[in-house]
Amino acid sequence: MLQKKNLWWLVAVAAFAAFPLLITNPTYTSIGFFTLIYMACASSWNMFSGYSGYIALGSAVFYGTGAYAMSLISIHANMAPGAAMFWLVPVGGVVAMLIALPFGWIALRVRRHTFVVITIAVFFIFQLGASNFSFTGGTSGLALPFITWDASYYFVPFYFVALGIVIFIAILSAAVRRSRFGLQLLAIRDDEDRALGLGVKVTSVKIVGFTLSAFTVGMCGALYAMEQGQIYPQFVFTPVFDVSIALMTFLGGLGTLTGPLLGALILESSQQWLTISFSNGSLYLILFGALFLIVILFMPQGIVVYVRDRVNKKADLARVASAATSPGSDAVLSGSTPS
Amino acid sequence: MTGSVYALMATGLTLIFGVMDIINLAQGILVILGAYLSYALAVHLHIDLFVGLLITIPTMFIVGIVIERAFIGRLKGPEKTAMSILVTYAVSLLIEGALNIIFSTNDVQLQAWYVNKSFAIGSVHFGYIYVAGFILAVGLLSSLYFMLYRTRFGVSIRASLADQTSAALVGIDVRRVSTICFGIGVAVTAAGGMIYGATNSFNASTSYDLISRLLTIIVLGGMGSLGGAMLAGVGMVFVGDMVGVVWSPIWSSMSYFIVLTIVLLVRPQGLFGKPVVRVA
Amino acid sequence: MTTLLEAKNISRSFGGLKALNACDLEVEKGSITGLIGPNGSGKTTLFNVITGYVRPDTGTVTFNGEDVTGAEPDKIFAKGIGRTFQLTRIFGRMTVLENMLVATQHDEGWLRSMTRSKSSTADVDNAMEWLDFVGIARLAHLQAGSLSYGQRKLLELAYVLVASPDVILLDEPAGGVNLTLINQIADKIRTLNAQGKTFLIVEHNMEFVMNLCTTVTVMNQGCHLVSGHPTAVRANPLVLDAYLGGGDDEELEEVARG
Repeated sequence: MLQKKNLWWLVAVAAFAAFPLLITNPTYTSIGFFTLIYMACASSWNMFSGYSGYIALGSAVFYGTGAYAMSLISIHANMAPGAAMFWLVPVGGVVAMLIALPFGWIALRVRRHTFVVITIAVFFIFQLGASNFSFTGGTSGLALPFITWDASYYFVPFYFVALGIVIFIAILSAAVRRSRFGLQLLAIRDDEDRALGLGVKVTSVKIVGFTLSAFTVGMCGALYAMEQGQIYPQFVFTPVFDVSIALMTFLGGLGTLTGPLLGALILESSQQWLTISFSNGSLYLILFGALFLIVILFMPQGIVVYVRDRVNKKADLARVASAATSPGSDAVLSGSTPS
Repeated sequence: MTGSVYALMATGLTLIFGVMDIINLAQGILVILGAYLSYALAVHLHIDLFVGLLITIPTMFIVGIVIERAFIGRLKGPEKTAMSILVTYAVSLLIEGALNIIFSTNDVQLQAWYVNKSFAIGSVHFGYIYVAGFILAVGLLSSLYFMLYRTRFGVSIRASLADQTSAALVGIDVRRVSTICFGIGVAVTAAGGMIYGATNSFNASTSYDLISRLLTIIVLGGMGSLGGAMLAGVGMVFVGDMVGVVWSPIWSSMSYFIVLTIVLLVRPQGLFGKPVVRVA
Repeated sequence: MTTLLEAKNISRSFGGLKALNACDLEVEKGSITGLIGPNGSGKTTLFNVITGYVRPDTGTVTFNGEDVTGAEPDKIFAKGIGRTFQLTRIFGRMTVLENMLVATQHDEGWLRSMTRSKSSTADVDNAMEWLDFVGIARLAHLQAGSLSYGQRKLLELAYVLVASPDVILLDEPAGGVNLTLINQIADKIRTLNAQGKTFLIVEHNMEFVMNLCTTVTVMNQGCHLVSGHPTAVRANPLVLDAYLGGGDDEELEEVARG
């Protein structure tokens, strides 16, 4: 059972690795790159917000911070344009974590409804700051050392680094889900006060979760900046980013492992395709909004849970029946553990 | 004086949150929609901005009821509030896209003969539109207040604000109260939007700045506290304007968020919110 | 007998209402102490003060000779005071076993406590033992949200026990459950008490209190009224007065009938 599941993951990774090698058109590699970036960010967001139920709408803060860290360091260190800049990707993640720590410390003092609003407010502080301070280049942004790779394979290295980040966050999410830390996050989602009364140090658990989730998003921001070669505050600090990754996660299944990956895969690839096919951004907004409404209203649990429920329904019914009819039997214990 | 307009818009948002546990992220774009409605009436039908409110307020009330019935009322379960944020955001994207297509993304401002006129008392100049906006906002806020505290329906609303389950137990149709509240909360955006549109140039994306300010105000006032929202609205606009005048308009929005951060460090429940009850 | 848990001179107001007014409470080691009083006499507030959910305006809470006043609920729990809630509170979207594992305590740093696997064999075995003790081991892998009210009560008791606290505060353990289950819960409490656990129980079911408790404390209007052996307390005229004054006729009858 577990073997088969791992096999599927391997097949998926192999398929993603083969994609840019089989379809060499740079347009599609670029679409693949952005899709992977969003898969990583949605997964990372889910690792905190999905598990703990604290919906954050300020992840663009980490994305932007990562992007600016990459840009400022590479510019001021006079780095030679090229592969060496990839080393700054994890640095962008660490800088994002350093921002996340005080951010979380302030924002996580309040309960979840207020938390959402504060994350939005903090996001606007960063957006305003980036557009107005001189060291960030204001609204004209920053230009990074210009990478002169050939256009036909320019996106390929970025694609593989992004794939590496996705694999990293998928493994991290799975590890958190299996750890006591993940259990504590889930307990906070279900009843924070009760968890507190059972010895869970809720504040530290929340802050650590929040900070941890900033790391991957920061790395993605840094990678994005390097790929673009030029960043603007309105593109790296955008509210659309925050809501997109939340939407992707809801679409796939909040709190599940595969949900955010699947949701991002579907949404981001179709979005990239739509923007290339229709240049009208407003039409895209309407389509995006409508799709979102359909998902939330008809599949509020997300695709993964929707499908799993359909598949498991029979098994569950049988299990409940056997538990009810044979008290004390081990029938239930040998059943599979719901993930 | 613009503070009273923000107070009005924030009160709508608070009313919706308090009664329904719904955070209406679409409030920003609905204000802009209200402004565009006034704009369309003024430009195409030559209806005066204030007279036009007789049409736009009921229209926005119906828009609110439609949104509530079609989307919000269907949300259930423990993640209802979180889902409401996403649903209302999706609604606001829909409206934003539609407004962009209908009105283009160019900035517009509402025009009327009195918009740029002012009168002076001593050496202080008062713009007519600001004074009229102030009177309108105060008038609407007091009628809202009257409705909440002096009518039978107001009692139902306040009961639902205090405790939805108990309100349902004493025979209040919470479902109906919710729908009407959402309608009222959205209807005030018609007036707010008109004044906002006459005093600022706007397009659909202005809603992001607007909603972030409104959210700051309702958190500051204490989520669900109507009086808190009104006071925080007036107070924040004052602070924002002072920062804008003394320092630079760029930092005026920033001052909102900094005040918010400081207040929350000292009082996590906001200025007028009830402390978090940890044991139910 | 030594005092295990002591609350002294506790006051706490909510707005204008004095929920607790210089209230005292003593729980002796190894006892099953009943805490009764008319509705609104401050029993649950006192529970909340002891377990750290509500900070008292004045007074001290001492546990094992250590001052624990105003400590956060997680610290209090780690020190060995466990509690259940009047309306059961479980983690509905987790399995019964996962519910149990949340409460598992280890004396370790925060980093280790987060990185450790949630389901080490020892922890799972321990959790299963307690589930078995309260009789719901067969439900271990079901979603806790799908349990019946009675099963939730048992689960709540079990996950408090999993951390082996020294004293267990039960808020209306017999409320809203059927007679068979009431007796079952009473039996579990006696068994645990025989093993050395101390209990403090808020309960309106007088029969349950009088049969089970070794000591009974009566509260009225936020104050400690009398304490003593159940039979002595029942005969005390002050107690009848308190219930009469509170206008709680039904409970008065129950006290009188005992």
